Parts: sequence; structure tokens; C-alpha cells
Amino acid sequence: MTVDAVIVGSGPGGATAADVLTAAGWSVTIVEKGRNHLLDPDDPTKPAFDYSNDEIKFVNRHFLGPDPLVEPRTFRTHEDDGERTFVGEVNSVPTTVGGGGTHADGKVPRFQPDDFRLLSLLGPQPDADVADWPVDYDELEPYYAEVERAIGVAGTAGANPFAGPRSGPFPMPSGAPMFGATISAAAAERLGYHPYPAPTAANSVPYDGRPACNNCGFCAYFGCPIHAKGDPIAMLMRAMATGRAELLSETFVPRVRFEGSRATGVDVIGPDGVERFIGARYVIVAAGAIETPRLLLLSGVEHPLVGRYLMTHFQTIAAGSMPFRTYGERGRAVTHLHDDMIVGDDASRAAAAAAGLPWIRGGLVEHGGGGLPIMEAKHLPWGEYHPSLMADSPIRGHIWAFIMQGEDLPYPGNRVDLDPTVKDARGFPVARITYRPGRHELVASEHYAPRLEAILSEMGADWTAGTSSPGKGNASSPEAIPESRHNMGTVRMGTDPATSVVDAYGRMHQADNVVIADSSVFVTSTGYGPTLTLATLAARAAHHLV
Amino acid sequence: MPVWLTETEYRILSAACERMIPASEAGPGAVAAGVPDYIDGLLGAFHFDPPRIWAGGPTSGRYGGEAGFARFHALSSLDELAWRMRIEGSCGLPEREFNGPVVGLQERYRTGLAELGTDYPDLDPDEQTARLRSMTEFADLLYGHVCEGMYGAPEYGGNRDGSAWRAIGFDGDVQPRGWTDAEVSRP
Repeated sequence: MTVDAVIVGSGPGGATAADVLTAAGWSVTIVEKGRNHLLDPDDPTKPAFDYSNDEIKFVNRHFLGPDPLVEPRTFRTHEDDGERTFVGEVNSVPTTVGGGGTHADGKVPRFQPDDFRLLSLLGPQPDADVADWPVDYDELEPYYAEVERAIGVAGTAGANPFAGPRSGPFPMPSGAPMFGATISAAAAERLGYHPYPAPTAANSVPYDGRPACNNCGFCAYFGCPIHAKGDPIAMLMRAMATGRAELLSETFVPRVRFEGSRATGVDVIGPDGVERFIGARYVIVAAGAIETPRLLLLSGVEHPLVGRYLMTHFQTIAAGSMPFRTYGERGRAVTHLHDDMIVGDDASRAAAAAAGLPWIRGGLVEHGGGGLPIMEAKHLPWGEYHPSLMADSPIRGHIWAFIMQGEDLPYPGNRVDLDPTVKDARGFPVARITYRPGRHELVASEHYAPRLEAILSEMGADWTAGTSSPGKGNASSPEAIPESRHNMGTVRMGTDPATSVVDAYGRMHQADNVVIADSSVFVTSTGYGPTLTLATLAARAAHHLV
Repeated sequence: MPVWLTETEYRILSAACERMIPASEAGPGAVAAGVPDYIDGLLGAFHFDPPRIWAGGPTSGRYGGEAGFARFHALSSLDELAWRMRIEGSCGLPEREFNGPVVGLQERYRTGLAELGTDYPDLDPDEQTARLRSMTEFADLLYGHVCEGMYGAPEYGGNRDGSAWRAIGFDGDVQPRGWTDAEVSRP
């Protein structure tokens, strides 16, 4: 049997492709190596109700996978470190039906028009291969609008002065602002910044048969117990409802099969451990920017850039202790953002010049609170003072924080390849991440960190502190591993087969019935979360096929 | 009766947990909250069917809805492999040693509690603290689990009746009630 398309990965990219292709009448098989806790196993056009407000299950016990004991990755900062310095959990997004969409708190900003042409606008950077994208904002805008409707995005058009033009309003109005965010947004405004309600893929009103978010607060890192988050369950349910989609969970793809310059399908290993072949006219790979290049390398794809230019976001974190309760445990984890630190100003241009760099860019700044009680307890000491400290709740109760998702430049040495010895439980080589920030990221972080702390002081903080991820310590410390899960850029898109692996529609130059439909194709990382844009590119790629 | 630990080990564990989170005016200590049962339940998770690894959803019943947390999820064969490796260690089994031997939690607890010693429960609190502090690696392992048992969902055996949440003013799993927009924006 041959299907029209086999889709590897059921996250936002694969789900979007499945939605578009099945709507056009294609038969698709979606292969997902993780478990299905998202769709009702008896009727996959309906949701399952396995998610819950349970910190142990989601934060401490890998409910959404991957479990690093059976699906580890390895890490080093540079090849000078040796084969690896760490084995375990590295940059993991969930391995589960729904992929990274299940655990995200659903902030889905668009990129700005300028993000697609940094080389033309700003020029090159030393050591990095900054390039323009082969698509621009205007080409993507209709697909941005389509994906926003598909997943259900709540937002306020016009609130962000740096946003690109929109062809229409957001599908829903913004949801309730978090208490702390109302104060941090006001403080940021007083200092001349431009905070705005975060475009969020969580329903503010009932939408598409799913209920409005009820602000439970277990949002980032958690699956939504009531499915008010639409990404990507909305697309998966719609694809399943056509009757033309098949979902194989707990099924691993060890290789894409090729005959000459065409893919013929994929080999799969199901939960029974038996390997078989699924023939397909098209192979769509949407396994994420780490597992996608791993699969291409396991399949023997030969292109020197497969796995190169891995980007995460360089996170600059500022925390302030407020003399009032911040109520960070109520609401959608983050309800406000500001983009001023992406755009830059005279001060950032002076900082770049002083460091001998042509330019620096920071990233989106998320306004958020302090977390849940197990996390807080682990950060506080044990012993005599523990109970009173927990009752006072210096972190959960009183911290307000900013995370700047700093733009991370594409360096050829930052990459994914196959670890020479470490294997997963199925016996296949795991992905090895080689990553360290460049001077651009460090200079931008140093420049913006005190400015973030100044906003917290303006809020009335008793004290403020700053840090970053990766940390600035030595290469073998755990802090060298980035906390960011915004993995991007390992199967670069472009027009020239010598400097890119896929074309502007995600098709591999060397096998044009293989389409990459995830953030692997990103040319630059921008300062924005990748989800909406990767789903938008997947929608555009799928429309181009049908 | 503990599920996996011996009675003696359970007594040593209880004393160590209570030293980490002692009873206070603010609320119960680790023992009254059931933290040793949380840890014993993790070490003996495979004594239950399904194993007590992941509580179910979508609600606990504490704010309405059904008591879904009480139904634990069945594990897939890959989940079971991972959790048996984590809890039992690789035990020399080739299917668990694809990247070399793994020391499980059971062995780490058995060794750590033996090192704390059978006299540990009878020491005075300062001596208990000092002995625990001298065993940095074991204390770090134990403290992580103490935090989970104390402040996690009661269905895992600790935080008895939500007593630890009440002591710190945390409302716990609030589905299906959630919070109103006014409670979020103007608490």
C-alpha cells in the first residue's frame, strides 16, 4: 500500500501539513514515536483527557517524553571538548502525539518583516553565516492568518507597534492579563518600552468546539486538561475527521528510503518492535530541529550542511523580588511581551560598536511569574528554616521575571550529528548537540540584562538579579546546556543547493519529494518563538504540493 | 507496612525526611505529610498495577469533577523499560545496558540509608542534620524527592490531604474550576 504522504512527527509542523493535505483529499499516515495522550484512542476525532494540573507528572516524571534514560541525547560545547561532556536530556521538546505544541504555553507571535532579510538590512557578522530567507513576510502573511485561525489565537491587533501588517484581526480577543503583568507592562511603558498582550494559542472564548481557558495556571510545561490550547490538537482532530488520516503512535522511523533522487517511503518500528515499510509519494519530515537532521543522517543523506547552524535562543533572565504577591500561578504563564530589544536603538548600536560588532539584536521579552511549589522548594534550603521560607514564598509568591529570547546567530560549528557510541533503547545512534554561543549573543545579553533589571526596579522590586542560559561558566558545567527548547535551523532553506539543504517550500534540493516541515528550515532564529512560523511554513509547503 | 523498604529503612528515611522539612507552626513536617510513603511508593512503584508512576487526569475531584488522579496510567513497554531502569537499575540485563550499567534508585536508597545508620532515628536533631549534610550526594537525591512528596499531588502518597499546600497558601490543582478573569487580573 502506498499513501499520498507519510508525515514523520505529529507536532505543530506535521499536524498542520496533515490538516492541509487531508483537506485537499490526500491520504496521509502520521508517524509519531511518542505515546498518544492527546486524542481519544477510540475516536481520534475527539480529545483524550489524560492531562492534569500535576507538577510531579509533567515536570518531574517525563509524562510527555522523551525519557532521557531510553531516548538520551548528548552534548558538548565544541569539538575540542572531546566526544561529549553530557548524556541525558538536552533541548528536549515533548516526544508525544502533538509534539512541542502540547507543553508550550502557546505564545505564538509572528516574525517581523525585517526578520526575513537580516543580511540585506544589517550585513554580515563575523563567524556566522547570516543570510536572507528565500521567502518574505508578505508571501507568508496569508498563511500566518490561516494558521492563526486553525489553532485559534487570541490577541490584540495594533497593540504591538513593531508587528508586521495583518490582513485581519486575531481570531479571538486577548485573554485576562496576569496581575503581575499589568504592573510590569505599566513599568515598562514608563521607561519607554512598548509591551503588548501576547498573541496566545489558548482560547479566550469558546472556539472551534473547544472551551475558553479558565486560567488554571498550569500552562508552560503542561498539557491543557480542558484543551483550551489549540496547537496542534485542532489540526490533528480535523485531519482525523476527514477519514483520510492514519495516526501511528509509539512508532519510530529509523530511516527514509531513497531510490536515486526520490524517496519511496519510510521504514517504521512499531510498539511490537517489528520493522516494516510504508510506501509514500511524498515524505514529510517534521520531527523537530534535532530529530529531523538525526533522521536524515540515519538515512544516509549526504549534504555537508545537514545538522549545521543549530540555533536555540540565548536566554537572558532577570528576576525581581516584589514587596507584594505577584500571583504568577494564576493565568496563562505569560500574558505580556515587548519587542523593543529586538528592534534596538542608539544605545544598542553603540554597544555593538564598542564591542567591535556590526550590530546586535536581543529578543522578545516575556513577562512572567515565579513557578510552582515543587520547583520553589528545590530552590530553597532544607532544614529548620524551610517551612517558614515556603510559607513566605519568595519565589512563587513574590518573584516577577523577564526572559529575553535572544536572537542566536547561525554558526556552522553549532550542529547536530550522530553520537559515535551512545544509542537509544531501540539501538540507534542518538543526536549529539555541539553548541556554544558566539560573541554576538554574549554582547547582546550583557547590554540588555541591566535594562531588564531596571524595569523590575521600576515595578518596585526590593532586589533584582540576572542570569543567562547557557550560563557563562565553563564548558563542562551543566549550565553550558541551553535551557531553551526553541530549536531551529539544522536543515537550512535557500535557493542555492550549495548553501542550503531545502528550497523555499521545504523540498530537499536533492530529493524533491521529501519536504521538511518544521523549524529545521529556519535561516535565522529571530527573537521570536518558532511555533507559529514553522506551522505557517508547513501550511505553505503543503498547499504548494496539492 | 512500607511497600518496598524494610521497617528499619523506613524509620531511618522518616527521620531524615523530617530533618529536611520539620514540623512547625506553619504546618506539618515531612512525616505527618506522608513524604516517606511518597518515596517508598516510588521505590515500590512496580508493586502496583498499573505502576504508580503517572496519576491520571483531567481532575482530582478537589475542585469538582471526577477523581481522575486516582487512576494511574498504564505504561507502554518503552515507559516500563525507562522506569525499571530508573528504579531498579540495569541489574546486568543486556536490554537495559545499551549505554552501560545504570544504578537504580533502590540501590542508591538502600546504600544511603545504610550509611545514615540504624542509630540515625535516635540521634538528636543537630547530629541528624550533620550526618545528612556530610552525605552531599545522597542528601541531594533525597531532598528532590522530599520536595516532590511534600508539595506534589496527594495521590502519590505525600502531601496528605493537601496539608502541605494549605501550609504554604497554594491552592493546588484547580481544574475544573480554574480562576476567574478577576481573580487573575485583580486578586
